[in-house]
Amino acid sequence: MISVRGLTKRFGANTVLDGIDLEIGAGERVAIIGPSGTGKSTLLRSLNFLEKPDEGQITVGDVSVDAKTATAAEQRGLRRRTSFVFQNYALFANKTARDNIAEGLITVRGWERAKAHARADEILSTIGLANRGDSYPAALSGGQQQRVGIGRAMAADAELMLIDEPTSALDPEWVDEVLQLLKRVADARQTMLIVTHEMQFARDISDRVLFMDGGRIVEQGPPEVMFSRPKDPRTAAFLRKVL
Amino acid sequence: MRPLDLDYMLGLVPVLLKYVPLTLAMASVAMVCALALASLMAIVRVTRVPLLDGFTQVFISFFRGTPLLVQLFLFYYGLPQVFSFLTAINGVTAAVMGLTLHFAAYMAESIRAAIIGVDRSQWEASLSVGMTTPQMMRRIILPQAARVAAPTLVNYFVDIIKSTSLAFTLGVTELMGAAQKEAAGSFLYFEAFILVAVIYWIIVEALTVVQRQLELRLGKAHAR
Repeated sequence: MISVRGLTKRFGANTVLDGIDLEIGAGERVAIIGPSGTGKSTLLRSLNFLEKPDEGQITVGDVSVDAKTATAAEQRGLRRRTSFVFQNYALFANKTARDNIAEGLITVRGWERAKAHARADEILSTIGLANRGDSYPAALSGGQQQRVGIGRAMAADAELMLIDEPTSALDPEWVDEVLQLLKRVADARQTMLIVTHEMQFARDISDRVLFMDGGRIVEQGPPEVMFSRPKDPRTAAFLRKVL
Repeated sequence: MRPLDLDYMLGLVPVLLKYVPLTLAMASVAMVCALALASLMAIVRVTRVPLLDGFTQVFISFFRGTPLLVQLFLFYYGLPQVFSFLTAINGVTAAVMGLTLHFAAYMAESIRAAIIGVDRSQWEASLSVGMTTPQMMRRIILPQAARVAAPTLVNYFVDIIKSTSLAFTLGVTELMGAAQKEAAGSFLYFEAFILVAVIYWIIVEALTVVQRQLELRLGKAHAR
């Protein structure tokens, strides 16, 4: 169970997140859509304190953190219960694909190397890169790198997977393989919050769609309602532009 | 022009080579200590540890801003007059200490620049999986910074090797000191000093082979 209360983030005089309230149930897959610069990515990055929010309460499972008083240990607790897929993959450049997936298991969860590598190899098979375990990120295509990035997030076995525009940095030829993998992750009922510009994909995998504008959640609902009968004129205008 | 005394030079080779181990030992100890100290100072500066950051800045400023020879004299001749427990310090220790502190100041800035140069995404990815700052530094950031800093750091090692010759001004008989003593006895200064120059040159050239191997190893992750 994930709960967000009054999450606020300001950059100088600019309020990027304006008191976000959000509940996500176990196994729920939530997509965030909306124009650029409306705080979608900042919301994801604030949930694991890659950006430190100014105000608000974040609860993921048994960890509850108040933005104003968050200690370093509490932030780490939150990060250990969430996993993050970056727009630009952000694989550890000095680690092989296998080690990228195993790193968190070894360093953060204290697994033995052999056990972590065995788990990493399972995941490499799942993401279709069984034969690329020894490859460094620089030797992988963009699509392969993002699949490893998703594999790293899968290894964390997190209560919430945060996915930030996973295909925006990809050449068109690699988009499909990444979306297909994410679809399989979603089908396994991994709780996820995903920011995406791929509307068809959002419609396919999500239980609920949030439309954000101006740092607020303007409207939300099941994808079939949101995409065909949006209530708010801002949602309708946005969807007319992108669909 | 007088002809070179080749027989004298040949005879001098084994005499001087005996001092190579001391030169290399002084340089290696200074390099290892300087590298450790410089890494710590670089991390202190990058992560802006309160108090220590300011102290580190002053340290770096002083040891970069004053000549090595002055620092060595200060350590060997000066400090023991103020702190009596330092009177027992010998020339080798004083030289290694001086070289360590002097070069640590330079290396700290190179390492700091290399750390800052590591892409922001690497920090974020480390934090996102739940690593602590020390874990992130040790496992992700420093290994990547090492690759960038390696050529510069090897250059400093070359500089350290050559700078050990200043130890002779503290009364240490190392490679340069030995050559000086021999020349003073034979009056064949050119023979003695050209020989000692060639020995330093060969040591440094041998090091560049090691450097190439090191860079190849550190660059492994970046080969396409």
